[in-house]
Order: sequence, then C-alpha cells, then structure tokens
Amino acid sequence: MRNVFLFIARFSNLLLFLSLQVIALSMLFRYNKFHQATYMNVATELTGKFYVRYNNVETFFSLQKQNERLRQQNAELLNRLKEDFEIPDSSKQLVTDSFRVDSLEQYRKYLYLPAKIIGNSISAQNNFITLHRGSNQGVGLNMSVIGAQGVVGKIVNVSPNMSVAMSLLHRKNSVVAVLKKGGGFGEVTWDGKDPRFVTLSNIPRTIQVSKGDTVVTSSYSDIFPPGKVVGYVQTVSEDKSSSTYNLKVKTAVDFYSVQHAFVVKNLQKAELDSLLKKVKKD
Amino acid sequence: MSNLVRNIIRFAFFILFQIFVLGKIPPLHQFIIPYLYFLYILWLPFKITRSGLTLLGFLFGFALDIFTKTPGLHAAACVLIAYVRPFLISLLMPKEAAEIGYSEPSITSMGFVPYAVYVLVLTILHHSYLVFLEWLHFGSFLYFLGKVFATTAISLLLILITEMLFVRKAKYRTNVA
Repeated sequence: MRNVFLFIARFSNLLLFLSLQVIALSMLFRYNKFHQATYMNVATELTGKFYVRYNNVETFFSLQKQNERLRQQNAELLNRLKEDFEIPDSSKQLVTDSFRVDSLEQYRKYLYLPAKIIGNSISAQNNFITLHRGSNQGVGLNMSVIGAQGVVGKIVNVSPNMSVAMSLLHRKNSVVAVLKKGGGFGEVTWDGKDPRFVTLSNIPRTIQVSKGDTVVTSSYSDIFPPGKVVGYVQTVSEDKSSSTYNLKVKTAVDFYSVQHAFVVKNLQKAELDSLLKKVKKD
Repeated sequence: MSNLVRNIIRFAFFILFQIFVLGKIPPLHQFIIPYLYFLYILWLPFKITRSGLTLLGFLFGFALDIFTKTPGLHAAACVLIAYVRPFLISLLMPKEAAEIGYSEPSITSMGFVPYAVYVLVLTILHHSYLVFLEWLHFGSFLYFLGKVFATTAISLLLILITEMLFVRKAKYRTNVA
C-alpha cells in the first residue's frame, strides 16, 4: 500500500497530465452529446455576451451591404403579393367569402422567426453560427436557419437567449437537396476546404446537369422548408465508383458576411415525429 | 503590476485576440489558420509549479474551446505543451542562469537561440497534436503534413511580430517579491 502512495506521489505530475488528457479527449470524441450537456448552455450564454458586444461594432461596417440584401429580399416578396397579379374576370356569379380572414393559419407548417447572427466562423473544419435568439424566444433544437439568400444551417444548442447553429460549413452537416429544374435527390455536404463551395452528391447520371443550375431544399426534409436555395452548380464531375455525379455547388449565402437570418420552426413536426415513431415500433 | 495580475490580463487578452481578431481573418487557404493564443503558456513565469502549469494549460485551452465550440480540442493541445515546457526549459537553460532567475522565458532571459528552439519545439508540438486530433476525424496524411507546416510557419511569424511589438522587460526574480 505504501508503495502505491509513493508511486502516486512520484508520478503525480504525469498522472495529472494523463488524466487531463483523458478528460479533454473524451470531451472531444463525444462532443455531439456535449452539445446537449447543460454546461454547454451556460457556455453559449456566456460567450454569446462577448459576441453581442463585438457584433455591435462589426455590423456597423456592413450596414450598406445588409441593406442592399434586405431590399432585394423585400422586392422579391413584394413581387409575390396577390395584388400584383390581375387576370381578366371570368366569373359569372358572385360568391361571398365566408371564411375567417386568417383561415389558413391553422394549416401553417413553417413559422419564420427573425434572428440576428452574432457569431460566425468559417475558417475551422466545423463551423458554428451563434444567434441572438433562444428558447425564451421560441427557438428549439433541430430548427433550420435560413438567410435572406438561402440555407444557413441547423440549430444544435439552445440557451435562454442565445442559440448555436451548425452551419452548412460543418463536417457533420448534411442537407437533403434537389435540383430546382426537377429530378435528382441528393445530399449536400462540406469537404472542409473552401468556405464558398459545398458538395452535392448522389445525383444520378441520367439527369442532365449544367453549370448554374439551382440546388434547393427538398420537401422530404422535416427541418427545412422546401424550395429554399442552397446554391448554384459550379462544376460537374462524375463519381467514378458509382453512376452518380459529384457536383460542386457555390453556396447561395455568403458565409463571409451573413448577418441576419430566420429560424424556421416546423409546426407539424411533433405530429410527424410521433407518427414515424409509431411506424418504427410496429 | 504583479505577476499574477499581468498573467490574468494576458489570459483574457490572448483568448479574445485569438477569437475576435485572428478568428475573423478570412481564410486564405484551408491549411493556413493563424494561431497565437498558446504563446500565453510559453510566457508563463518560470517559478510556477508543474502541476499548476498543467492545470492552467487545461483551463486556458478549455476557455478557447468554449468559444470555438470544440470542447477538448485546444485543451488537449495546451495541456501537452504545458506538461512538456518544464522539461524543455531545464534542457535549454544553463543551470546558473536559472538560479540567477529571470521571471519568465524571453529572448533576454534565455538567449536568442535557446528561446527560438523553445518556441519552435512547443509550436510544432502544439500544432502537430492539434492537427492530429483533427486528422483522426478526416483528411489524409498530406493534409496533416501540409497543415502542420503551414500553421507553424504562420504562428512563428505572428510570435516574431508579437515579440517585436511587445518588448518585455526582463525582470530579475528577487527574494523580496
């Protein structure tokens, strides 16, 4: 017994070193679980405070660019207004609309919550985005984050007033996507090399793909609303080992300067999840 | 300013500088990531105990990890260099100089060549371990070598600039303080 104590006393530094290494490595290799751990919530809230301070200064320098971007989005939305379309009347009888004004609200699937991006990284292999909106403001896990121009990421951690999203530029990120012109059903991933480009794989070679084609989110996803732009095809290359394409896609969102985003809540997800759970059980 | 206060200020400064200045630089290439924060561990005083140094290395790395959302990655690398540091110093510093006692490692206290070797070895060690941990998740051997080489070069450049900008007065360790 005495020898054991002597051993510990002699190698205390080495043992301390090894145990700290074990702690650090175990955190690193189970880190997806750690996103849900309570201390990460506290850390998000704490680091969020620093990010807010920094962001207050940073946003000032890109106001013009952001304004331009929001104006474009406004113009796009205004062009979709019902009042902008008029076709010659062809009705022959007058019908009184007896529905409530907001009769569609109960069928709403996606709810958009505006959120300010206060922290963003692009140089790491796994990039995260910090948003100044948390569980008190209706953000939950696995909601999608959509910018003015397109898909940004997915929420992975929520604290009362902040939340952290896994950006498209994350090694473990995968978004189900399709080609807008029809056909193809693939997966968008990031290879960790260039923050301007992501990869769309699993698109069968039977489909004609050309440079500039738009890649949008699929309706199969229960997180992302369908038809949101992911990016535009930059180069087309064939995957030698299978009969599919590997498409290099330029992201629609400029991750270097993204400042505003919407957290998108799927209001029908709970019902869908419980249904899928039941199916899996049977 | 006492040693303790100075090192607490440095702790915060290095973390914030790494996140909000170096972290905001647009990436030039996937291999080039500017790291400077670990210079804090290189600059810690000589007389800190070894277990204290290792623990402080863990805390410092973990503080950065909280910002970058990579729990454990930088902590592991910092613990490694904090643990190796005393061995390296005892190898590089002549015994007499250690007894005369400067307060912390610098060019004046160690001499240019020993200090350069000290910085180089710990930088390579830190980056190799950091990139190695990343490499376990993805990447090829070429990626590993290229990234270690490129980040080390960038870090050495940054350290050189920092040493020139902030000339630290070599203070003797006295019995009074």
